[in-house]
Parts: sequence; C-alpha cells; structure tokens
Amino acid sequence: MLASLGLILLCQLIGEAVVRGLGLPLPGPVLGLLLLLILLMTRDRFALLARGPLRNDGVETASKGLLAHLSLLFVPAGVGVVQKLDLLASHGIAITLVLALSVVVTLLATVLTFRLVSRLLKQQDAR
Amino acid sequence: MKDNPFSLWVYLSQSPLLWLTVTLLVYASTDAVSLATRRHPLANPVLHAMWIIGAFLLLTGTSYTTYFAGAQFVHFLLGPATVALAVPLYENRKRVVASIVPMLVALLAGSVTAVVSVVLLAEFAGLPRDVVLSLAPKSVTAGVAMGIAESLHADPSLAAVAVILTGIMGAIIVTPLMNRTGIIDYRARGFAAGLAAHGIGTARAFQVDEIAGVFSGIAMSLNALVTSFLVPLAVTLLVR
Repeated sequence: MLASLGLILLCQLIGEAVVRGLGLPLPGPVLGLLLLLILLMTRDRFALLARGPLRNDGVETASKGLLAHLSLLFVPAGVGVVQKLDLLASHGIAITLVLALSVVVTLLATVLTFRLVSRLLKQQDAR
Repeated sequence: MKDNPFSLWVYLSQSPLLWLTVTLLVYASTDAVSLATRRHPLANPVLHAMWIIGAFLLLTGTSYTTYFAGAQFVHFLLGPATVALAVPLYENRKRVVASIVPMLVALLAGSVTAVVSVVLLAEFAGLPRDVVLSLAPKSVTAGVAMGIAESLHADPSLAAVAVILTGIMGAIIVTPLMNRTGIIDYRARGFAAGLAAHGIGTARAFQVDEIAGVFSGIAMSLNALVTSFLVPLAVTLLVR
C-alpha cells in the first residue's frame, strides 16, 4: 500500500518536473497519468518489472481507493466560494445562468458528436 | 475559568486538525445522504458539503485561509487522483483504443463549444472583462483552470469557483439530460460528463457506470490539454 502510494506520487513528481523543466503547456499530473499507464503496459511485456507495487494489483488497489472518493477532493476548493460572496451578490445570477447554459450546450455537443462519428464509422465498416 | 471554553475554541479554530475533521465528517454525511437517495443527482455530496462548511465558516467568522490550512491535505490529493486515473484507463484499454476516433472528434467539438459558449454568453450577459476571462477555463479541472486564469491576468480564485460550480451543475444535469436524449452509449455519456464537468463529472460518471467513468476520466485529462491552448486563442478572438 505504502509503496503503491509512493509510486503514484513519484509519477506525479516526474510529471511536474518534466512539465516545469521543459515549459510544457500541460498539467504535471496528466503527464504522471501517462507515465503510470506506460509503466503498467510495459510490465505486461516484461515480467522483470512486476515487482513491489507493480505486483499483485498493488498500485491498482491504491488507485481505486483514491478514486472511490474523488468528489471529496473538490470540497476544499469549492468552499472557496465564501471568498467571492460580494461578487456573487452583484453578478451571481448571471454567472450561474451563463455556466449552466454553457455546460448543457457542451454536454450535448460532445455526446452528439461522439455518437455521430461512431455511427458513421460503423456504417463504413458494414460496407 | 470563565473564558476557558472560548480560549479552547480560539485554539482549535486556528488548528488544521479541526478543519480537516470538519471537511471529512461533513462530506461523509452528505455522501451517506447521497447513497441513501440512491445517488439522486440533486443530493450531490460536493454541493451540500460546500454550503454546509461555507455557512459554518461564516457563522464562526473563520477565514478561508484558516480553513484551507486544514483542508489542503484533502485538496493536495487532486494531483495523485489524476495520476490514479491511469488504472481504470489501463484496465479498459481495449475499449478505449476501439473508440479512439469518435473520442478525438468529440474532444475537439466539445472543448471548442465549452470555451466559445461561455465567453459569448458571458459577454452577452454584460459581465465585466476580468470575470469573463476567469470563467473561460471553467470546464477543466481546478488546478489547470487556475493556471490558465493566472496566465491571462484574470482571477484564479474566481476561476476555481467557476470550475466547481460548473462541475456540480454538470454532475446534477448530466443524467436527466442524457436520459432525455435517449442515448444509452455509456462511452459517449461518460466522455461528455468528463469533458464538460471535469473531475466532479467523472466522480458522478463512476457512480453511474464503470465504463462511463473511464471515458469521463480520459475526456477530463485530454480536455485539460486542449483547453490550455484554446482559451488564450478564444480570448484574443472573442473578448472585446
């Protein structure tokens, strides 16, 4: 468990270091995600790597534990709304409406594009 | 002896321990309520934990800085949790590779829609320029959005609030909205949730369906990439 958490942190650390070092315009944890993914796939190729946290579902179990309470992790930033009460008093309704409309439009645009493209591909395959 | 309870409160209210405990316990209760209502969208645990803790801070006159000194230990885990998304992605890699083309097209369509729609609507509503800029990155996860807002000289803490509000509204609305469209493809539904409502949408997607959660996590990570490029561009083109 400890080694698995350590491995997750290590991936993030390398991600942050590379992003800072090379001035890449992407978040460090996203690069860390790619790193862990590559590590897991290489392990399947080379039995040599299947040690410590990469053995017996070690890092898999730790990751699922973290993801089980993903919502909790947004609470501290969300409470930050108390700092913005005066802005929300003057523009709160407009901001909420703008965000709500935008999220609905975004959800629909994404889901419909996804379905449309996957249907087109299926038709092509059938032909 | 008379001022003892008060001095105890003064001591505790300044310590990280109290606010970390409050965060965990309040969330545990709102999550229990959400579970008891079989994950009803309106019983969103983040939404209710937020206002309960917020009200508690206002009533006790505690500053957000003091609160955050305790809550930062939870906030910190956002990074490792993003890395941890590699595991569901790895376990479902075959399905992901099989739908790579619809994913990439939907990613482009979705992230452009997210940024352009919020900037145009905010301009239309007559919001001040710095508010418009802070709302622009609202569909990506908090840390990334704050970075984008900073690079535009906007307000990062307002960007974080916009991100959380978007996430909560997205998580509440996604299930009823998708049911109404009649789309039952959980890859597409999850992908939309993660793209529009980042981690809070992803948390919601995992509650509904494992495959939806996986696609939501991918959408959230990819959108963080695309939006970092897109927002500065959209702002130059669209904001007065």
